[in-house]
Amino acid sequence: MLHSSRRSALSALVMLLLLAACGAPATAPSGNTSTDASSAPAASASTAATTASGGQVTLTVESWRNDDLTIWQNTIIPAFEKNYPNIKINFQPTAPTEYNSALNTKLQGGTAGDLITCRPFDVSLQLFNDGYLAPLSDLKGMENFSDVAKSAWITDDGKTPFCVPMASVIHGFIYNQDAFAKAGVTPPTTQAEFIAALEKIKQDGTYTPLAMGTADQWEAATMGFQNIGPNYWKGEEGRQALLKGSAKFTDAPYVETWKALASWQPYLPSGYEAVKYPDAQQLFTLGKAAIYPAGSWEISLFNKDAKFKMGAFKPPVANAGDQCYISDHTDIGLGMNAKSAHPAEARQFLEWLTTAEFAELYSNELPGFFSLSTHQVKLNDPLAQEFVSWRGECQSTIRNSYQILSRGEPNLENELWRVNAQLLNGQLSPEQAGQEIQTGLDKWYKPAS
Amino acid sequence: MRSSRKPFPTHLIVFLAPAVLIYTIFMIWPLLDSLRLSFIGGSGAQAGQFVGLQNYITLLTDPQWSPRFWGALRNNLLFFAIHMCVQNPIGLLLAVLLNGRVLRGRAVYRTVLFAPTMLSVVIVGFVWQLILNPLWGIASSILGFVGLGSLYQPWLGLESTALPTLSLISVWQFIGIPMMLFLTALLAIPDELDEAARVDGAGAWSTFWRIKFPLILPTVGIVTVLTFVGNFNAFDLVYAVKGAIAGPNFSTDLLGTLFYRTFFGFQLQPGNPPMGTTVAMLIFLIILAGVLMYLFVWQRRVLTYEL
Repeated sequence: MLHSSRRSALSALVMLLLLAACGAPATAPSGNTSTDASSAPAASASTAATTASGGQVTLTVESWRNDDLTIWQNTIIPAFEKNYPNIKINFQPTAPTEYNSALNTKLQGGTAGDLITCRPFDVSLQLFNDGYLAPLSDLKGMENFSDVAKSAWITDDGKTPFCVPMASVIHGFIYNQDAFAKAGVTPPTTQAEFIAALEKIKQDGTYTPLAMGTADQWEAATMGFQNIGPNYWKGEEGRQALLKGSAKFTDAPYVETWKALASWQPYLPSGYEAVKYPDAQQLFTLGKAAIYPAGSWEISLFNKDAKFKMGAFKPPVANAGDQCYISDHTDIGLGMNAKSAHPAEARQFLEWLTTAEFAELYSNELPGFFSLSTHQVKLNDPLAQEFVSWRGECQSTIRNSYQILSRGEPNLENELWRVNAQLLNGQLSPEQAGQEIQTGLDKWYKPAS
Repeated sequence: MRSSRKPFPTHLIVFLAPAVLIYTIFMIWPLLDSLRLSFIGGSGAQAGQFVGLQNYITLLTDPQWSPRFWGALRNNLLFFAIHMCVQNPIGLLLAVLLNGRVLRGRAVYRTVLFAPTMLSVVIVGFVWQLILNPLWGIASSILGFVGLGSLYQPWLGLESTALPTLSLISVWQFIGIPMMLFLTALLAIPDELDEAARVDGAGAWSTFWRIKFPLILPTVGIVTVLTFVGNFNAFDLVYAVKGAIAGPNFSTDLLGTLFYRTFFGFQLQPGNPPMGTTVAMLIFLIILAGVLMYLFVWQRRVLTYEL
């Protein structure tokens, strides 16, 4: 008797466990759907009534610009919410290095925000092709952007834009005016003057001539190679030639670029092989270095941290009187999650991004991120004004590895990081650098000649 | 007759069910699904199609992929070798010192030596980067203080020294684990054996090597296999210090970072999940081979004494 009662108790326990096991997943999603269901009609009702009812809608913005969190919260979002009181914006940034993979995971899992900050070119194009970003062909205000500005976020046939261009960044050099005065140097315009200035600062000994390291690898490629290179490969002309296959990285302009970059080596901080990006930033803002090979995105941080007067000069040209070229790189756009629950409100926000009000606000709040719209914007920051003034004298181009050329494996951009760091570490000659990059590219890239 | 009357052991199901369910959902099914994914083409014309072992062949022989894989495997072996040669012998030495009676404040030492193990890898990576930093690190000033300033190098940034430096940071962090395991094994040895050896005229040295070490051999095996599994799964320290691109020039690339870069992509490089799972399956096979060797070769040979 005892035996059988124990058995029945046990089988009851098994049943209970099974029930619990089956029941748990069954109840959990139904709980979710009920909350979803209760919010979904509210959302669709509010969109149907075009928000006349005053129902609150919250839009989440995915971004990698965690540095900009306070500016969004204190300035940009209040300005928008003043015009559109029914929409609340929640700016939710991720660390830059994790953004792409985190965003992909969120999009695949259906948990991504309504508005997606777009990396330029292929990363976003891939998201659009996979159906994660909504097409924006008929968005009001897209006519406020030039074709070059839109080129970073448009289908290959140039017909369907999928992100609103927000800003570009410009490369150049930021210098410490005290250091230049101390060493008796003026901003250089040619490569020879640049090296002479670095030599003078080094002889003086008070300041590290150039604040840059190679530990994170990307600075060597982005602040080095892509910064000074356009002067050698003639900007867009050289970039298009690479795309067409009529130019190669083993050609003279590229080898010359790498020769110029390699000549920086004696002027980098000691132990630069282990100097990381934040180290170099601090070295400069603490007033211990004279020149910082920069992207304009550094301006707001440097304004905040540096206690000395700064100036900027554009990438030096090879010979005096040469036409100058700058890297004016389309860097940030904003698109809409195709699965957003509030598409109408998301479009309203995107339309607001095309206005002069946003262009003015963004360019001034984030000096160094230059609006890509055709609105005339007045910049209050002298350093940012100096950078943007180069658009008038020089011809603009974008980083040559971003469009199309980083679609295959080995990835050109990653190879440029590795090879440029190797070059500055003294492990590769300029000729070998060109050879390695071109060999990697030849493995998969077949120009459509 | 008896066998037909023997009741079905229902309780076995009850006790096994939770573990079987959890392992199936969170381990076995993902493992099999990864295996399936690794047989699918990742890029180009074959994307999404069944390609058999093509991904494995590409990874092991293709002139673009194979240097990365073999390089990561070589780095991983060096990473493991440094742990075996530095972490475990020093862990044993510390355990012996803590087990002896000469040392005062043993509990304090034990806690202090074990403390780094409980820190987050990100913190450990950050602290060591600061210590070794060429601009503001204290490593160069300490060396300078004792007149060895010329020995200072930016170790984390040089191709030849980056991986050994990272390995030693990892050794510093995890030395507490072999130390604790060895210490537990040593504490389990009855004092009588020690005393008997002393009566027979054995010194400390021969007592350790002739009596204690053979008794803790099973623990040596466990520590070895734990180090092996941990090292071939290692990823976090390299990712925290050098990023997924594992510079300079892939000199700190481990199988874990290679997997991450391949599966999730990096910067402009899009992710390639099928190729990533191929790397993951090979990591799994390597670890499986090591563990099987431990189970079938080591465990069958080593003598375990009842104390």
